Parts: sequence; C-alpha cells; structure tokens
Amino acid sequence: MSLQVPMAHRSKGGSTKAVILVGGPSRGTRFRPLSLDVPKPLFEVAGHPIIWHCLAAVAAVGSIQDVNIIGYYDETVFRDFIKDATKEFPNLSSIKYLREYEALGTAGGLYHFRDAILKGRPDRLFVLNADVCCSFPLGEMLKLFDDKDAEAVILGTRVSDDAATNFGCIVSDAHTRRVLHYVEKPESRISNLINCGVYLFATEAIFPSIKSAIKRRTDRPARLVSYPSSDNLETFHPASSGLNDDDDEERKNQVIRLEQDILGDMADSKQFFVYETKDFWRQIKTAGSAVPANALYLQRAWQAGSEELAKPSANLVAPVFIHPTAEIHPTAKLGPNVSIGPRAVIGAGARVKESIVLEDCEIKHDACVLYSIIGWGSRVGAWARVEGTPTPVGSHSTSIVKNGVKVQSITILGKDCGVGDEVRVQNCVCLPYKELKRDVANEVIM
Amino acid sequence: MKGLILVGGFGTRLRPLTLTLPKPLVEFANKPMIVHQIEALVSAGVTDIVLAVNYRPEIMEKFLAEYEEKYNINIEFSVESEPLDTAGPLKLAEKILKKDDTPFFVLNSDVICDYPFKELLEFHRSHGNEGTIVVTKVEEPSKYGVVVHKPNHPSRIDRFVEKPVEFVGNRINAGLYLFNTSVLERIELRPTSIEKETFPAMANDHQLHSFDLDGFWMDVGQPKDFLSGTCLYLSSLTKKGSKDLTPPTESYVHGGNVLIHPSAKIGKNCRIGPNVTIGPDVVIGDGVRLQRSVLLRGSKVKDHAWVKSTIVGWNSTVGRWARLENVTVLGDDVTIGDEIYVNGGSVLPHKSIKANVDVPAIIM
Repeated sequence: MSLQVPMAHRSKGGSTKAVILVGGPSRGTRFRPLSLDVPKPLFEVAGHPIIWHCLAAVAAVGSIQDVNIIGYYDETVFRDFIKDATKEFPNLSSIKYLREYEALGTAGGLYHFRDAILKGRPDRLFVLNADVCCSFPLGEMLKLFDDKDAEAVILGTRVSDDAATNFGCIVSDAHTRRVLHYVEKPESRISNLINCGVYLFATEAIFPSIKSAIKRRTDRPARLVSYPSSDNLETFHPASSGLNDDDDEERKNQVIRLEQDILGDMADSKQFFVYETKDFWRQIKTAGSAVPANALYLQRAWQAGSEELAKPSANLVAPVFIHPTAEIHPTAKLGPNVSIGPRAVIGAGARVKESIVLEDCEIKHDACVLYSIIGWGSRVGAWARVEGTPTPVGSHSTSIVKNGVKVQSITILGKDCGVGDEVRVQNCVCLPYKELKRDVANEVIM
Repeated sequence: MKGLILVGGFGTRLRPLTLTLPKPLVEFANKPMIVHQIEALVSAGVTDIVLAVNYRPEIMEKFLAEYEEKYNINIEFSVESEPLDTAGPLKLAEKILKKDDTPFFVLNSDVICDYPFKELLEFHRSHGNEGTIVVTKVEEPSKYGVVVHKPNHPSRIDRFVEKPVEFVGNRINAGLYLFNTSVLERIELRPTSIEKETFPAMANDHQLHSFDLDGFWMDVGQPKDFLSGTCLYLSSLTKKGSKDLTPPTESYVHGGNVLIHPSAKIGKNCRIGPNVTIGPDVVIGDGVRLQRSVLLRGSKVKDHAWVKSTIVGWNSTVGRWARLENVTVLGDDVTIGDEIYVNGGSVLPHKSIKANVDVPAIIM
C-alpha cells in the first residue's frame, strides 16, 4: 500500500518524464556512519528507502510513465530496488538507472543522458534530488507550469533568515510568482525563499540552457587545447582523451550544476516560476537528518490514513512503523515517530521514541532509546539509555552547541554495535562494530 | 549519665533536604539521624540529653517529646543566641552537665558509626584522666587533624597536627568524646573551638586519651557522604546479620545491603541493590533499577526508571524511563518527568522537571 494518495493530473497535453538524481558513493560522506553500510538513497525512513518516497510522489502524478535515476553508484546498487518498485508502481512502465562514469554535476548528468531522457519526445521533465524530504507537490507544480505557460518551475520554501544563506535563494515577484533572481548560498541575505531541489522544466528550455552553460565554460579563455566542446561531451572521457592525468582542475570545470550554473541564467532569460510549498521540507544530508525525515514522512502517512502504520494503543503513540517481522513485547512503549525494521526485537518495558531501529537490532528490557538511530544488528542492553537531543522545531541543522562545543544532536550507532546493560550513550556517533561498555557523551567513537 | 549532641545550625550542607526538615530529623536508613544517636546514648545508660542548637524548630520539640516518653529520659534544648563554635555550647549547658559528678558524652550530630559508648565509658574510667576522644583510622590523614600519642603510650595524646604534610599517624578525631565535668572549668562562655583550644590545653596537661573506633565512621553532613555513609551502615548491618535487611533470596534484591520498609510496595521485574534504603509508603513500579540510593517516605519511582547514587526526597515522583545519577538529590514533592535524565541535580522542593539536566546543577 502506497503512502501517497494517487492524484491524476490532467495536463494541457504533451507528456512528462521524471529524473531522480541520486549522486554517488563519494558524495554521501556526511551520511556516515550509515552510508558505510548502505548507499544513502536506499536508507530506509518511515519503512521505505529515501528514494522510494520520491518515486511514490512521481507515481502519484498519474501521467508519468518514464523515470530515470541518474547517479554514479555501481549498476548493481539499485537493481533490486527497481525490480520491487516496478511491481509496486505499475503505472511507471519504465524505471531505469543511468550511471554516470564519474560525477558530472546535476546538470551535466542530465545533459549527458539527454538522448535517453528525450526518447519519446517528452515536453516536460521533473528533476528531483533524492536527498530531500518533502511532500513533493508535483501536481501543484504542473498546474502552475501550465497556468503560467512556464519554461521552468522550481519548488521553494521559506526558512529562517539565518538558515537561508546555506541554500539556494530565490527572489520572486510576490504577485506573479516569477523568479527574478537566483543565487546559490549567497554570502549576504537576499531572500528567505529557498530552493527545495525539485524542478519542472520544459525540455525545450532546459537542454539548450545547459548547452549554453557548457559553451560559456568552453569559450572562457583556457590553456587547454583538447577541452571538450558541448558537441562531443557525451562521448568525451578523460581517461581516453588527450587530457593529462594532472588536469583535475579541468575535470572539475566539466561539472555542470543546475544550482550554480543554470538557475541564475534561467531567472534572467526564461519563463521561470516558483511554487512555494507551505508543507514540510528538509534536506537529508547528515545521518542525523534521517530522524526528522523519518518523523515527517511518518506524520504524512499518518494523516493520509496509511494502513502500513501500527495501530495506536496505550503503549503505542502514533505514528509508528513496525515491520511485520519485528517482535515487540506488549509492555514496550513506542512512538511517536518511530520506525522499527525487519526482525528487530524490542524487549519488555523498553521505550523507543523519535528514533529509527534498523533490521536485526535487539533492544533489551527496560532500555530507553530517544532521538537516535540504532544501526543494523546492534544491541542495546537492559536499562541502557541511548539518547540524542531534539533540535528546535523547524531547524535545518542536525548539530547543537553543548557547553560551547558543537555536537551531533542525534545519537547514531553504526552497524553491529553493542551498548552494555545500564550504559548511557548521549549525543554520540558510533562507527560500526563497536562495543560501548561505559557511559559516553558528546563524542564520535571510532 | 548525660550526653550533649552538637546540632548547630540549619544544616545548609544537606540542602535541599534540610529546607523541609531540620537535619537531625532527616531519615538515615529509615530512622531520623538523631534517633540513631539518642538510642545509642540510652543504651549506654544516659538519661539526660542536651541538644545544642542555634535555632529552635517547633517540629523538633514535638518530635523529641515522643522520645522522652518512649525512653523515659529528659531531652533539653540549649539554644545559642550567638554561635559559640564547638566548645562554647558545653559551657552554656553547664547546669545540666554538672547536675551530678558522672562524666558526659559529646557527639557531633553529623557523625554516623557503631557508637561504642559502653566500651568508651569503661576505657575512660580505666585511665582516670579528664577526657577521651574517639578516633578513627583514615587512609588519607593529610586531609584531617591527626592525633599524635605520647612516646611509648598507647592512648595518651601528645598533640594534634592539622593537615600533616608528612605522615605522623592516621588516627583522626571522630567527633565523639567523653569528659569529666571538670573539663567545663577549662571553657569560657564565648565562641571557643574544642579542637583548637580545649584539646591542646588538655593534652598539655596529660589529661586527654584516644579510643580507637572499630568499624565504619562517616560524617554524613552532605549528600555525597550521606550516600556513602548509607553504604557503610548497610554493610555493617549485613555483617551483623541484621534481620532488618531484605533477604538476598528475594528475587529483586541484587548484591545485598537493601533495607526496605515493610509498608513499601515493589513492582515486578525490578533489580534493587546494592546499597538501597526504601522508606515507608514508597511505591516502586515494574522494571525499576535502583542502586546506591535512598528513597524517602512517600516517594514513588515509576516503571522502568533507573536510579543510582540519588536521594529521592519525601513524596517525590520519578517518571517512567527516567534516569537519575551522580548524587542527584530531590527535595520534598519534586516531580521528574517521564524519560528525563538528571545528572547530579539538586532539586529544591515542589519543582517539576520536564527537561534533561545534563550537567550537575541546582534547580531552584
């Protein structure tokens, strides 16, 4: 049963495709220690991989049949996920993974695979970053796109003035919703309306924009003779080209990103609009951000009446997701905002709140787990306490300052960790295969 | 026989408990501190007890009237209008202490031990001099005033060395004395230190002896030591095979030294001990873990809580899955919310704690 409520969209004609950008293994470092054992897009929040939530939103649009996942993870990484998703979302007739030979940037990857994307001549293209958690109001974006006869629509959200400069900032006309100006991570305050990393482009607008951005790069005075032109970019490969090995700088230049290289120009020249969501939005960057993402997706599923969620009772504060193979003792108390993975065992009188307990974990009797992620196969002893600190509502940071020191607010145990009986672990990040036998606080445990 | 207990002031060191009850009435091992001392004096044949205080709480008078009747003794308050230090109160109570020629006991009210009053009296009579000080051996004498004996004499005191840098001995003043009434001639009615003025003068005149204390000794004037003293006291009960202790065969008792009042209720699947005292009418929920803690009358620890090195004050409540540790002291009628962590918190009466106390702090 899908967490999304299907919502057919009637567009003014022409077809729509979707691309989900997943990045690659060298990008998810901030998601350590969890990304040491699973690629970030496949990490499960609210009972499903992060990327599943994007895909479910795309499937819910109704008129989209074709989805491409672009990244530079190994080919095999998404194989099983795509197999399962094809069954789960039958209206998505084609879900394909397109692997970049190396990081090309968010726009570079799109351009590299333009033939595959443009196959079937779609008029519009959704581009979703897999590392955001939001309600993905794609139907509303399509409607705005049609109403304004737009060439591009960006999803925007308001954040605090302090937080805004960490994101792409959008200046828009309040009345027409047209994007007037776009700057990625400005040094000074420009706007508190920020880029959510979800776009809808007219295919006839986006590819020429990327092409001209690449051309601008190429035309720039460079000492290179063999620098690739936009025309041969697709077949260009640094290892087989005339480039020297020490030309790392040029390789970086080849990376073309939507945020830095495309959106600013689009604001100047195109019919570019912003759809401002009043719903939740968070980035999933650090491992700790999986906890708020888990909470937000669970709340959304709860409001939508999802039958995947556990039934509330005296010892179950909704929303809670419990995998059917998990064993929960009747005296244990769970929730709110808890996900329990496959085959996890929760003992008598244990307490789990605002946390993710991954598969094959054991939480022993009378233990207490708050604002934490318990890694695959980890064990928490009797009367132990594994605890993070809640971040303020609406905060976009997963670190907090304690006694003048910046620490991770969410406690994270990597794979196969152990916490001894009666031991307390607070605001720690623990790498895989560690045994914690003493109380620890505000530390990274290697 | 007569005895004088040096109670002194408001017991601020034992706050927040002493914001609710005068220190002598705070229960140590389920019995008010002063009752431990009164009972020990009574069993040594004392019939007249003087409480040297510099305030006079009504609640204490009512309370002690009960014990006067119970043991058929006379308890009198000797109230200082200005602080008289440790010797002055003896002079102030001269009338009572001099009512007959028998020697009198002096006790610091903060000291808890196996009071050896009968043996002390025998020893005092045997040496025939003016005074005897009970001494206890400590591991680190450099923190205390150390007793030095006359050469080749096992008990006659030569002098005192305050916080010795070099080892001169490991016997320190335990705060329990036995004096002949003649000692009162040595003291004037002004603030006088018994340790710094009276004792050195008596030692000079070869009139002062020491008496070694067997077993435990603790000054329980502050919460940290109150907990340590409780451990020592419970261990000594175990050693004596006291029937007051909860038998270790009870399923929830872990590591022994557990004293539970018969009116307390204990839930299922608890693990209690070592070194726990549970007062009257206390209610312990299911799956509770208690160690090295004191739970005072009418307090309540809810299901799955974890409590270590903590004094839970009268009528206080500890929430489900709460965790208290590191010398946390809850005053009267404090509420700790569910899932709350308190590390070394001193919580004043009638407070409700709804956020973690991560580092030791006083919660006003």
